[in-house]
Amino acid sequence: MTAVAVSELDLRQIEQFLYREARYADEHDYDAWEALWTDDALYWVPAGADAVDPTSQMSVIYDNRSRISTRLKQLRTGKRHSQSPPSSLRRVISNVEVLSVEALSGEVLSGEVLSGEVPDGQVPGGEVPGVEMRGGGGAETIVGANFMLAESRARGTEIWAGRTTYRLRVVDGEIRLAYKKVLLVNCDQPLPTLAFLI
Amino acid sequence: MTATVRGTAASMPRPDYATLIQSDRVHGSLYTSEQIFAEELERIWYRTWVYIGHASEVPEPGDYVRKSVGPQDLIMTRDRDGGLHVLLNRCAHRANLVCEDARGNSKSFRCPYHGWTYRNTGELIGYPYRQGYEGNGKLDLAMGRVPRVDSYHGFVFGSFAADGPTLAEHLGAAAGEIDRLARLSPDGQVQLNAGWLKHRTRANWKLLAENETDGYHPQFVHSSIFSVTGSPIAALYSDKSSAVTRNLGNGHSENDLRPEFRNFGEPMRWFGTTQARVPDYVARMREVHGEAAEQILVEGAPHVMIFPNLFIAEIQVFVIQPLSVGECIQHSTAVQLKGAPELNKRMVSQSIGSVGPAGMLLADDTEMYERNQRGVAMLQPEWLDLRRGLHRERVDERGLTIGTATDETAMRGFWSHYRTLMEAAA
Repeated sequence: MTAVAVSELDLRQIEQFLYREARYADEHDYDAWEALWTDDALYWVPAGADAVDPTSQMSVIYDNRSRISTRLKQLRTGKRHSQSPPSSLRRVISNVEVLSVEALSGEVLSGEVLSGEVPDGQVPGGEVPGVEMRGGGGAETIVGANFMLAESRARGTEIWAGRTTYRLRVVDGEIRLAYKKVLLVNCDQPLPTLAFLI
Repeated sequence: MTATVRGTAASMPRPDYATLIQSDRVHGSLYTSEQIFAEELERIWYRTWVYIGHASEVPEPGDYVRKSVGPQDLIMTRDRDGGLHVLLNRCAHRANLVCEDARGNSKSFRCPYHGWTYRNTGELIGYPYRQGYEGNGKLDLAMGRVPRVDSYHGFVFGSFAADGPTLAEHLGAAAGEIDRLARLSPDGQVQLNAGWLKHRTRANWKLLAENETDGYHPQFVHSSIFSVTGSPIAALYSDKSSAVTRNLGNGHSENDLRPEFRNFGEPMRWFGTTQARVPDYVARMREVHGEAAEQILVEGAPHVMIFPNLFIAEIQVFVIQPLSVGECIQHSTAVQLKGAPELNKRMVSQSIGSVGPAGMLLADDTEMYERNQRGVAMLQPEWLDLRRGLHRERVDERGLTIGTATDETAMRGFWSHYRTLMEAAA
């Protein structure tokens, strides 16, 4: 057996954060949801095969912090027709696992290396002087979870499901979201409109 | 078995298209009738030229990619001599699907059901246990093939009819718009190799085809994103715009935005940037095109709907795939221009933001298509009006009908051609 992951974040704290993020998305609380993200955020919903380069291949969503802001501003206008009226949403998150803890330099402090989870050039920068920084402000906790989501709107009810990878960081004593990748089980199939926050 | 037998399509009276399609209005049943959809498959999708795929998706000998036209599952292949083939994904033995992979490279396809094997040209190579048939291992069977396949600047089209107009005749004036797109590549080559988004849409395919060059809707459907980003696109489709809507004939149409871009005269404005931000690209274009480069860089990319299923929207390409009278799939990707790496990543990024299921533009278009499909099911007033701009249409120097940026000239052209095809003899 490998050693227990070294992290300042315990699983209960992590779960509480994931549930809160999910609730803000379900309830279209755009301000609260936006405040969870770090400045170097990345929000990615791949299309088709998992291992594509999102800078050269199409994705369903590939938002940096600026585009997350644009997406939310559009939703807040109330004239984003595909979310006006907004979908009624509820999601369940399960199988929450801490996959690894990495220093911001990319050094793995515990757990497995998740090569390929962050595209080239998107790894958050910052000089990190080694293992003293493990956990907390100098590290990212990489978390995997499964989800199922029911969406209801006039068009009908859709069931969405998939695997989410999160990168969590502690900033000023709060857990923040630096990266969220949502790999839909049916990402290689035709998808209906996905205009809510998944 | 039930005692009642439903009338077959052959025994039902044919719809009277001359009544359903008039010069200033079309009937709602065109979007809701199962019978009309069945006739469209026969008379449009399985007869006229339809877009299938792009040569850049199968660059090497042996490459293949799965494609679709309506409900038909196709395999586009490149043989060892570089020739393109479009096969129907169906075994000649028991009609199983021969190929399950989305793409790959192979000289042959082996049906997983009984092991029948075909060359990537569709020819039957062999089958297991050859003594089970007379003829010493030879059978006069092959995979189905789209009989006519032709391409233009790598855009591969097919026709399920053995005879008919050539691709050049079908494209007509629309060919010039594909030329304009290809010319934006310093190497003169478009590539569609950035992968595809597939957007399931509960609407009749014609609502999409009509919307692609409808310059009336953007200010309303897309006001949310235009207002947030301060996009200059809104002005292109305003009542004051100098852009024109052009009926290119054969059901093709365009929103010609060049008059607006010429007014500004700024290279790369069409791409929402300046030449200073893409210096290598503009330098290469000037090297290749000399003085003609200015015009190319100012006028930018076309916004053209090629009947019935290919839409080139400046930096995106869409393919419409009807599945049933009330459902279709929109396939979308970013244009990639060979020799223009500075532009290509931007085009992918901008396209991801705009198109597909979560696109900040297309999700709202699609919401409109789906609401429109519910609307056409309402009993009254039966008709969809097509009169906008009819009183101010003009004929341009090429003899093509044009209207203003927000006029329904394109839709009238679409329906005129549609009616011709649907009224044709079986």
